[in-house]
Amino acid sequence: MKKITSLLIMCVLVFACIGCGKDGGDAKSEGVMTYEEYMAVPTGDEQQQVVIEAYVQAKQSWWENKATVYAQDKDGAYFLYDMACSEEDYAKLTPGTKIKVTGYKTEWSGEIEIIDATFEIQEGSTYIAEALDVTSLLGTDDLIKHQNEFVSFKGMTVEAAGKDDSGNEVAFLYKWDGSGQDGDDLYFNVSLNGNIYTFTVESYLCDNTTDVYAAVKNLKIGDKIDMEGFLYWYEGVNPHITSVTAAK
Amino acid sequence: MKNIYQKCKAHLGPVQAGFAALLVGTALLLTGCHGSRGMDPFQIPDEFDTEQNYEITFWAKNDTNKTQTRIYEQAIEDFQTLYPNVTVNLRLYTDYGRIYNDVITNIATNTTPNVCITYPDHIATYLTGTNQVVPLEELFVNEKYGLGGSEVRFLAPTPEEIVPQFLEECRFGGHYYALPYMRSTEACYINKTYVEKLGYTLPDTLTWDFVWEVSDAAAAKSEDGTYLVNGQKVMIPFIYKSTDNMMIQMLRQKQAGYSTPEGEILLFHDTTAQLLRDIAEHTKKGAFSTFKISSYPANFLNAGQCIFAIDSTAGATWMGSDAPLMDISEDKVVEFETVVMPIPQFDTEQPQMISQGPSVCIFNKSNPQEVLVSWLFVQYLLTNQVQIAYSETEGYVPVTTKAQTSEEYQDYLSRSGEDNTQHYEIKIKAAQLLLDNVGHTFVTPVFNGSASLRDAAGQLIENTVKSVRRGETVDDAYLEKLYGDVTSLYRLDQLIGSNGTAASGKADLGPLPWTSVLLLLSLGGAWILIIAYLAAKFLAGTKNVQKKEPHRQRNKQ
Repeated sequence: MKKITSLLIMCVLVFACIGCGKDGGDAKSEGVMTYEEYMAVPTGDEQQQVVIEAYVQAKQSWWENKATVYAQDKDGAYFLYDMACSEEDYAKLTPGTKIKVTGYKTEWSGEIEIIDATFEIQEGSTYIAEALDVTSLLGTDDLIKHQNEFVSFKGMTVEAAGKDDSGNEVAFLYKWDGSGQDGDDLYFNVSLNGNIYTFTVESYLCDNTTDVYAAVKNLKIGDKIDMEGFLYWYEGVNPHITSVTAAK
Repeated sequence: MKNIYQKCKAHLGPVQAGFAALLVGTALLLTGCHGSRGMDPFQIPDEFDTEQNYEITFWAKNDTNKTQTRIYEQAIEDFQTLYPNVTVNLRLYTDYGRIYNDVITNIATNTTPNVCITYPDHIATYLTGTNQVVPLEELFVNEKYGLGGSEVRFLAPTPEEIVPQFLEECRFGGHYYALPYMRSTEACYINKTYVEKLGYTLPDTLTWDFVWEVSDAAAAKSEDGTYLVNGQKVMIPFIYKSTDNMMIQMLRQKQAGYSTPEGEILLFHDTTAQLLRDIAEHTKKGAFSTFKISSYPANFLNAGQCIFAIDSTAGATWMGSDAPLMDISEDKVVEFETVVMPIPQFDTEQPQMISQGPSVCIFNKSNPQEVLVSWLFVQYLLTNQVQIAYSETEGYVPVTTKAQTSEEYQDYLSRSGEDNTQHYEIKIKAAQLLLDNVGHTFVTPVFNGSASLRDAAGQLIENTVKSVRRGETVDDAYLEKLYGDVTSLYRLDQLIGSNGTAASGKADLGPLPWTSVLLLLSLGGAWILIIAYLAAKFLAGTKNVQKKEPHRQRNKQ
């Protein structure tokens, strides 16, 4: 009996460890902040050093040995802006990869981010976040608590983003005011319960060869759509959308 | 490559030179994937060939402003109507830096645009490719196709009708490599309401002492942590958009060194150190920040969270409670009186401010007719209809006296404040500020590496402000390390030749030693190996990297 009990306990422990490794909820290494501790660091006149561990969810760009990355664990998300990174290491930052990041927490037009960071790849567990449905949080103070997370929006209606040169209403704009061209960021408006929100296809995250870029270019005013993306902030919520499908 | 070749040429005998040329030629042939970097000089054709069709590309910069895009498109349409055998393809950028990076990449593959909006600093780097950029002085005065020439199908300005100071900014290395397209300067956009609330009166000429004093006062907080002046939790009294300009203008006003026209770097000295100490002191008091650290000055100014916002006059439509362009939501906008003034000065008797704004250059092509078409298009960009329309989109001024003195433009200026769109008061006042101060503007010397030096000047301020915010001490040791770090980051030490100036390839250093010849041969061999490696890697198809500079949302300038 004891042997069976021991075996069962051992199995439970093994599966628990595996489970932790798969869901991004493993304990932080020594000297690493929890998400709660990270969020408690102020972003006012000072910039404080932070050390976090998280899992790469998506990469935005690499430029002159600096990478911009969306990262997340089960507790919250991080935007890593211009993190020191060789081109070789950038290739290793595949979705799910665990990294330990040391940098400075700051705020830029409402976006909480880590700048001037360095990172180390942590071997072992991986984690890809499921999109959290935040549709019901739109327009509430609780939405910002999920800043930078991979989220979804369900059943929203495409509204006019502006007008073309002929005065016709259009469903999307190249750049925020329509001054851009194919390949630039796409801006489009979606509504829910009478409130309109501006969403973006960030062209470095999803360029004009991606499905989402094509999907937004095919949107029609009045379409009902579901979306996924990262909950970016610029003077208010401004999600970086990575997927658009017809509402289910 | 040009520099290396010229240096070799200056040192080698005929046989050695021939061998070196063969080596360089071989290397160039082998670097087919990098394209050719050398071209024959452009020769002006006797006649424009109207029988053939020509297609040219125009890389333009706008300020994320739809009206500017429309003006470019309209200019192209009108030009194509005048020259039906020409097609102009427009590619838009919102950032000079990205145009620069793309041009550099395309020089290597011989796929430069035909016409390109750019900065003279950047052209200096483009010139490292042999005959890549077309010198324009012969074109200026060509009887048929020159500025206002007999065969030009529109009313182009004559050379005398281009503002001489603006034109002169496009001359370096003994040639005119560009024409000015628009000009702007920096301005200080001020929340006058808060200045007076703090007990101050704006002086006739803004000084650095005044700005710092008011900013320090505005950083005072009440017991509950809100700022006394605005009752909000956020207040950055003084925000500077372009810290490279900040350092450059401060040094100029102090008559302190930045660089010589030959490219000698003079940035790192005691005056710079003192300026950085002053900036650190006010940052520590919570009085100062920068765009890179905090965000657009306009967003803070319009939310009543900033008192002095220094930005380009070409950003004027974003400034003030009634600004026609706004990134923040209506509920965040605070009502206040906006005043636009020249940037602060150290010596009010001799004001100094930078002249900036887009210029336009032409890239050389194997078909001289294509270059001639490019030149005609560039001239078209200087006609009154384009100049006036584009300048009215922001606080720009036209670069021709022909446009500036036109009835249409004078009428536009006189209607300042009639509405908050086309005649937005702050925008027109910003343009007027430059028109009134053209004689007080300056530009920095242009040389291969001047763009890096400019970046370094701004980085000194950015690092200092960041360090203060991170609790570091800005003292002599800090500044010494900062100078070293910035020199290294921008490779300024590699720009400096043995005579302390940027490498120009013109110095006569005597015969090349045999060891150097051997070194050159080794370098040639190394290049071949590198190319072979890159080719193998390319064929393996292992790369898939978004090599792009990350941009902030709604980059508007």
